[in-house]
Amino acid sequence: MKKLASTLPNMILSLGIITVLSGLLLGVMYTVTKAPIEQSEREMQTAALAEVLPPFDNDPEAEAQSVNVGGQVYEIYPARMDGHSVGVAVKGVTMDGFSGEVVIICGFDNKGTVVNYRVLKQAETPGLGAKMEMWFRDPSGTRSVIGKSPGIQNFSPVKDGGDVDAITAATISSRAFLSVLRGAYEAYRQYAQTQGMYIPAVSDSHTGASTQQPTDCHIGSSVHS
Amino acid sequence: MLYLSIIITAIFINNIVFSQFLGICPFLGVSKRISSALGMGAAVTFVMTLATVVAWLLQTYILDPCGLQFLQTIVFILVIAFLVQLLEIVMKKSVPALYQALGVFLPLITTNCAVLGVAILVIQKEYNLLQSLTYGVSTAIGFTLALWIFAGIREQLELTAVPRGMRGVPLALISAGILAMAFMGFSGITIG
Amino acid sequence: MKKYLRLLYNGIIPANPVFVLLLGMCATLGTTSSALNGLMMGIATAAVLICSNAAISLLKNVIPDKVRIPAYIVIIATFVTVLQLAISAWMPALNASLGIFIPLIVVNCILLGRAEAFAGKNGVIASLIDGLGCGIGFIFALTLLGAVREFLGTGHIFGYEIYSEDYGMLIFVLAPGAFIALGYLIAIVSRLRGLSSNT
Repeated sequence: MKKLASTLPNMILSLGIITVLSGLLLGVMYTVTKAPIEQSEREMQTAALAEVLPPFDNDPEAEAQSVNVGGQVYEIYPARMDGHSVGVAVKGVTMDGFSGEVVIICGFDNKGTVVNYRVLKQAETPGLGAKMEMWFRDPSGTRSVIGKSPGIQNFSPVKDGGDVDAITAATISSRAFLSVLRGAYEAYRQYAQTQGMYIPAVSDSHTGASTQQPTDCHIGSSVHS
Repeated sequence: MLYLSIIITAIFINNIVFSQFLGICPFLGVSKRISSALGMGAAVTFVMTLATVVAWLLQTYILDPCGLQFLQTIVFILVIAFLVQLLEIVMKKSVPALYQALGVFLPLITTNCAVLGVAILVIQKEYNLLQSLTYGVSTAIGFTLALWIFAGIREQLELTAVPRGMRGVPLALISAGILAMAFMGFSGITIG
Repeated sequence: MKKYLRLLYNGIIPANPVFVLLLGMCATLGTTSSALNGLMMGIATAAVLICSNAAISLLKNVIPDKVRIPAYIVIIATFVTVLQLAISAWMPALNASLGIFIPLIVVNCILLGRAEAFAGKNGVIASLIDGLGCGIGFIFALTLLGAVREFLGTGHIFGYEIYSEDYGMLIFVLAPGAFIALGYLIAIVSRLRGLSSNT
């Protein structure tokens, strides 16, 4: 077959046909992958919820609520077993990380103790801030936040007068991570108040001390520090 | 304050070449002379600014409302190719002096991934039009700055005696690595 | 048969796209923070390269010369988008780790370079083999660079610990290390090639 000459109708026809063909191919591919893409996004969140919460038998995503703490919106996912609350998962976002958004989902039990956490999204430096997924569950030293409560311990890096070891050479990422957890805890407290649940102790990350009297004056103030 | 933060971040902290690894081909290809580096920088600034705005408008007013986000890559690359072509024709006809200076760099820009990269990044970051414009211009300035500094270094390197295997690209890459280390000093700066 | 084998070998070593032709640098530097990431990016690029090479050589007679570049770009962008959709549907974790570099395969100079230099002039089978050879060369280069950076930076290769992470030179995982590691690898490869052609 001889090569087509570069006349105007030839050029338009050939480009047109190629574009239509590629459009068709993409359209087919889009319809084929649409369901799996949505499903994998949903599954990621469902799997994270199952990991950070104590065993539950309801659908936390169906009962999700938003709570506003100092201008930041946190998503609350309540977990129940036989109709009784067993804890909540809180999803929080911060822009204070080293590079861009950090999204964390953190599970609390009924007393406000951290059950587990997952980092859903981060773009921190590989080998430094990106270690946050593993670092804050490592039992060595005072790194781990698992089994602790922001109402009792001060969830700030030791450098800032807190009780948690920051990731070596990644203080900014550690601060961002811990600030999301503190904010999530405040969001959980607000939620607990509206639900008539046990209200855990308030946290005060500014002085490094914790108080046992529930007061409202710290809501919002502890998020950005 | 937000705009200042976008500008400083794009030029220094997240420099497109040294920390995002975009636009490496022209960075290595046209950095032998300061004059050609500046010419390339100016051409990229022109196209990147225009392409970012056009891509943003297309995404917001055509792709998003029609649910055609999956056509993003193909639409953006065609827009860039079209803009470069258009710019070449317009410049040749109306400002021949500028065409003389920048003309040779224009065809290279179509395959400069920094241009497509920035167009996609402003959509991912969910910037509005003015923020996208700011980001596009500052990224281009960051690119020009990187190219300019690097060309200065390479002009000096030409004069030094270097082992045979290291001559040319290997030494250029290692110098770029050291320059990238210097740019890392900017990281962690927060504005506002 | 011999011709095809030579074609295949040519893309892997004598005309390696990264170490010798210096094409596709952005993806090479940006995605090789670990051996696995490098391997995955290499496979993704190679898949698009093979498909686009084959499609372009099939269609070369119906594409008039003057519009060949836009036509090639449309074909390449189509395959990239297909890949992008497939990865985000079935391998979401990979999508997160390679990020923006998947859509940027479009502007990888290897693709347009092979389309222009080879697939636009040769038959389908030869173009397929050429794509395969260059693709393997690219995978090899990216995996090697990723392994070197991961080893020096974190003491691991493909996630297996060789020495303790505490002694790793973190700079190799970060941006500057990418430039430096690639610079030395290219120097070593060009020295080796120089030796083999001299003797």
